[in-house]
Amino acid sequence: MHAVEVRDVHKIYRRYGRRKSFGTLKSALLSGGVLKNLRPDGVFQALDGVTLDVRQGSTLGIIGRNGSGKSSLLKLIAGIGKPSSGTIHVSGRVSALIELGAGFHPEISGRENVFINGMMLGLSKAEVARRFDEIVAFSELGDFIDEPVKTYSSGMYMRLGFAVAINVDPDVLLVDEVLAVGDEAFTHKCLEKFAEFRRRGKTIVLVTHTLDLITRLCDETLWLDDGRVRAHGDPKRVVDAYLTEVAGTENRTEPPAAQPPAASRAEAAQGSAGRWGSQEAIIEQVELLRDDGQPAHVFESGQPMRIRARVRAVRPLSDFVFGIGIFTADGVCCFGTNTQIEGRVPGEWSGEGTFAVDIDRLDLVAGAYKLDVAVHRQDGVPYDYHRLLYSFRVASPLKDTGIYRPRHRWTFDGGIGISDANRDAQP
Amino acid sequence: MLANLRQVFRYRALISSLVARELKARYRGSVLGFLWTFVNPLLLLGIYTFVFTVVLSGARAGTRPEPYALFLFCGILPWTWFQSSLLESCSVLVAGGNLIRKVLFPAEILPAVTVLTGLVNFCLGLLVFAGVAISYGRPVISGDLVWLPMIILVQLALTLGLSLLLSSLTVHFRDIRDLLGNLLTLWFWGTPILYTVAEVPERFRTVFALNPFTHLAVAYQEVLFFDGPFTGWRPLLVLGAFALLVLLLGYFVFDRLRDTLAEEV
Repeated sequence: MHAVEVRDVHKIYRRYGRRKSFGTLKSALLSGGVLKNLRPDGVFQALDGVTLDVRQGSTLGIIGRNGSGKSSLLKLIAGIGKPSSGTIHVSGRVSALIELGAGFHPEISGRENVFINGMMLGLSKAEVARRFDEIVAFSELGDFIDEPVKTYSSGMYMRLGFAVAINVDPDVLLVDEVLAVGDEAFTHKCLEKFAEFRRRGKTIVLVTHTLDLITRLCDETLWLDDGRVRAHGDPKRVVDAYLTEVAGTENRTEPPAAQPPAASRAEAAQGSAGRWGSQEAIIEQVELLRDDGQPAHVFESGQPMRIRARVRAVRPLSDFVFGIGIFTADGVCCFGTNTQIEGRVPGEWSGEGTFAVDIDRLDLVAGAYKLDVAVHRQDGVPYDYHRLLYSFRVASPLKDTGIYRPRHRWTFDGGIGISDANRDAQP
Repeated sequence: MLANLRQVFRYRALISSLVARELKARYRGSVLGFLWTFVNPLLLLGIYTFVFTVVLSGARAGTRPEPYALFLFCGILPWTWFQSSLLESCSVLVAGGNLIRKVLFPAEILPAVTVLTGLVNFCLGLLVFAGVAISYGRPVISGDLVWLPMIILVQLALTLGLSLLLSSLTVHFRDIRDLLGNLLTLWFWGTPILYTVAEVPERFRTVFALNPFTHLAVAYQEVLFFDGPFTGWRPLLVLGAFALLVLLLGYFVFDRLRDTLAEEV
């Protein structure tokens, strides 16, 4: 079931160029006909054949350079404007957080603005009244709600705008870079609200330049470049491909080796596992070892595991970070860390080497797990990123659920009679 | 188009809230409050009364309807509604550009709110008119008054139609506003507001008959000012049909330009 279906959408903006600066009726009449003047001088293709499905209940992130068509696409999905060709189908109520508090009138009170803004977003007066307390609570305005909006600080203004838009209770929420403007606390609050939305099975489409947000929030990521879909799929992979390209355009003088290999680009367009990076450093081999030093695929829950990788620097490097990440089979990150997070400062690296991560107790419940291993620059641009390329199983005699099994024990007091049937099985 | 109309109907609560907001926002923080709306018409009223009954009280003084100020009031009130609605329509979409570009929202609400806000002011003005009429010792309630809602409705349709037309066209041609300012001055003097239609020379009568606002002004004057039964219902009905056509045309043009609005404002 798709919440949003975009089929081969083109959007052409007309440009009026020079005439626009003197665009008057007089000149239109003088230069021969008003109708002729309504015709554009040129066109600008904002979207060029975009096709896209967003599954119901999933979160899609859209990234891309400024002017790549992200906001245009979002506006078309919101129904603000029509595509020049192609179709867009959205099921359910849409709320677009494109500009917070658009349409607030500065002279009247926050209370009245909430009602009017809510109705603009498609609620009835009674619905706004029902949600009013919740809106005020979220905005943290308190008594200020009865003051004219012009007296609000910009933070209050945004909180109120966000509170109204989010309480429209949409099935599809469209967000355009609104989080970039708030302070830490506000951003945190918004993210919590998004998480709640996701739990309730709502669909979110998010346009942002905060790539960190994409990897944290999104199930899928779309990379738009010049109005075309450049890559679509696993957030981490698309973001890394994007970062690599941005780094590539920043350092055009670097040798061609710094460009991502063609194979990784093609890969970037499909599948969720893969490998990419500039290949200035290479991960040659990754092994998972048991405590007896033997490579293994199956590990006992609670037993040690060593992740060992053989790496090679193609040229001497002084900017490098090693990282690992453990994921469940359905892609939930169990644990991720790297040398930068843990305060290791890179020195010099040339030629071959190995690094290893020793996990003393693999406290995971039984199941299949996947592993990321990466070496990248400190700003995140990958040298060699191995995404979900390695897998292992955790075995356990117990059928407990979840992901993480902390060391724990049960104690019983008083009149509870209870005995342990598999005392020996407890690791 | 029908679907759009239904949508506008769905937004009626929003329209009424926006009208209330316009009125509130305009008068908040001002001492005289809504009376400011009448300062300009009352000033005009004073000037015209002085000029035409004191300064120019020449040969034709006797032919003027008495009391002249009250007669003027009948014409100036609806004209103020008409003129301010059209002038504001020219800027309402550009001023509300943020809404049109950022919120999914039927843009025709904006000119509609402008016209309806004018209507509320007009109705308040009628109360002021009633007060002035009483002070002149003239009867306020008469049988003719049943026609008043009908006349207002015709004017509403005409104003709304022109408003939709102008607001969407102005987005493309910004100088319509300046053009309109001058056109409205011409229109005002070409409408029997300062003078009665009977004073217009015979050879110009046809031209005046083609001016839709002539019939509106005459209707208001007959119902609110002159004694005797309302005789102008026939031209009023024709004008009503014409106003509906204008409304449809205005909506049609607005609808055609709708998709360009978000890009152009």
